[in-house]
Amino acid sequence: MQENLLIVKDVVKQYGDYLALNKVNISVPKGSIYGLLGPNGAGKTTLMRIINQITAPDSGSLLFDGVPLTKHHIAEIGYLPEERGLYKKMKVGEQALYLAQLKGMSYAEALEKLKFWFEKLDILAWWNKKVEELSKGMAQKIQFVVTVIHEPKLLIFDEPFSGFDPINAAIIRQEILELSEKGTTIIFSTHRMESVEEICSHIALISKSQTILEGPIEEIKKQFTNNTYEVITANKELKENDCFTIINKQKNTFQILLKEGKTQQDILRNIIKDIEIISFKKETPSMEEIFIKAVSNA
Amino acid sequence: MRKIWLIIKREYLVRVRKKSFIIMTIVGPLLMAALLIVPTYLAYENQEIRTIAIEEDGFEFSNQLEDTEFLNFSKIPSEEASFLKTNFEESAYYALLYIEKENFTLYSNQQISLSVSNDIENKLEQIIEHQKLKAAGIDLTILAEAESTVKIATKIISEDGNTSNSKAEASMGIGFICGILIYMFIFMYGTMVMRGVIEEKTSRIVEVIVSSVKPFQLMMGKILGVALVGLTQFVLWILLTFVIATIAEFAFIDASSMTTELNPEQQSIILSEISNLTGGMNLLQIFISFIFYFLAGYLMYSALFAAVGSAVDAEADTQQFVLPITIPLLLSFILIQPIMENPDGPLAFWMSIIPFTSPVIMMVRLPFGVANWELALSIGILISSFVLTTWLAGKIYRTGILMYGKKASYKELWKWLTYKE
Repeated sequence: MQENLLIVKDVVKQYGDYLALNKVNISVPKGSIYGLLGPNGAGKTTLMRIINQITAPDSGSLLFDGVPLTKHHIAEIGYLPEERGLYKKMKVGEQALYLAQLKGMSYAEALEKLKFWFEKLDILAWWNKKVEELSKGMAQKIQFVVTVIHEPKLLIFDEPFSGFDPINAAIIRQEILELSEKGTTIIFSTHRMESVEEICSHIALISKSQTILEGPIEEIKKQFTNNTYEVITANKELKENDCFTIINKQKNTFQILLKEGKTQQDILRNIIKDIEIISFKKETPSMEEIFIKAVSNA
Repeated sequence: MRKIWLIIKREYLVRVRKKSFIIMTIVGPLLMAALLIVPTYLAYENQEIRTIAIEEDGFEFSNQLEDTEFLNFSKIPSEEASFLKTNFEESAYYALLYIEKENFTLYSNQQISLSVSNDIENKLEQIIEHQKLKAAGIDLTILAEAESTVKIATKIISEDGNTSNSKAEASMGIGFICGILIYMFIFMYGTMVMRGVIEEKTSRIVEVIVSSVKPFQLMMGKILGVALVGLTQFVLWILLTFVIATIAEFAFIDASSMTTELNPEQQSIILSEISNLTGGMNLLQIFISFIFYFLAGYLMYSALFAAVGSAVDAEADTQQFVLPITIPLLLSFILIQPIMENPDGPLAFWMSIIPFTSPVIMMVRLPFGVANWELALSIGILISSFVLTTWLAGKIYRTGILMYGKKASYKELWKWLTYKE
């Protein structure tokens, strides 16, 4: 069994009459890229704020690396919030140093690491510029750097790619993957399902203040797979038989559903005799479909 | 602790490096020095020597009008006088005094300065008075000897039976200055804290920072950092005012002209006057209390200002929340005058106990003498209210800073107060 870096157990958070989190459970395995998904207002931001100890839960517990989460863990966590910004009137370098020191780094250490990252992302020339002189994308790069600068065990990114042009988004995605390869655990919240599919190894889906789905992405996909296949034939009609029913058809493309008790092999054996097949593919649902289905069923 | 220190350092350095701070630091003392120097300077500068022409039938007055330091008199024939009336600009005369029996008229081509006409009036009055006294057979030398001056010394008997000199004017002056300074300081730097909070909220950096430090630490760091900015400015103002005033005195005013006017006897009178002025006051107590009320008043109000800043998205929305904070401040400012006139009345007492007005009002009362228990009560209440308001403000603050795009109402603020951490 894989060890978990972070376990959130039965966390409840109430704001006045509004229940933001209702017994939420998630387990984030070490080294995973963990997608935290859910519709707007589901409670993702509240959960991330609780993990960052910005707010405390009303009840429930959090374990970080096996021990209860305390203030000492702040230096082990990096957080890039969705609502993010910088002091506009401050110089870039000075500000990055300040934020790095707030995370507990010494001045010398922060300076050294910052120079390294600024060089890596090719932004060293901005060191003495004021933030207000930079474009939004430039400022986002600096925010990324100050989030990862203290080399935390856990990184939390809330919509990390918003505000980036495609080129810079690709650079940041590459950096995130590199960090993951080095062993950093990453929690990643986004509405862009295609990026979830690209980079996440695990997901949790939160809806209406509750976890409704959690686990490795393959398992979840399997869970949502019903036995449908896409068959493309070479110009010949496909007829239903005792192995399958046709759900949908478009020209030569058929979507078919396997009947109870039959296997994939049965279909193939059955149709291959008199029909020329161009493509035969088991259908797996996209994350987007899973998302919509799970949320509307919950 | 290290993190709070980092925050204090940033808040302090960012503000002290601002152009507006540097400009205010230099301009402030220049203005103050100007207030001290310019009137004295003008008083000396304006005293040029003026020559007054006199037209009179006979010599009754013109003989007795003696030249003074700044006024010369010269009698001119009537032909010249009538020529002068139409050609003032080319002449060296400042004005023409026309005397006909006991009717006097002063002609000039410009507005005649009040001091000149007063001087001449006084001289003429004296001449006429002396003439009348002589006519009545009174010896002027006896009159001069009879002249006398009386000075009343007022003394305060304190609880332990010692007497000391009292001087209401000095008490008023010191109380007024201290009160005004505290009022200004709270207002300027309280709103500076509020603007700082709004800046952090609108620039969206606040969530990044509170993932490293507690919201309360961020709030206290900002309040303390700004307090240091205020103290720095205050100390620099005092130093610079002193330096500028000293330089200006040497540059503009001939030192010898000042000392010659005072004979040693007068000088010693002035010196003893000065020590008498402050004799009745416990200067050390006033100084320490000033520092205390200066800081405690600021700390209490700035926590409230920080809470307001956290509840709004833009400075334009602060009005409804700032008003109830500024009303007690404005009230204490307005009440300075009436309280100086009756520093021991019930109004003065209550206003110096209620924490929202006590920083200003107690400082106004202190130079007049305040019972120790009153001072202790006022200080105790102020400290506990400072702790209480900071705690309440902290609760509003930590919720407010993370609420974006929501227009807060008082009801909303109340809800935030009741949220668990």
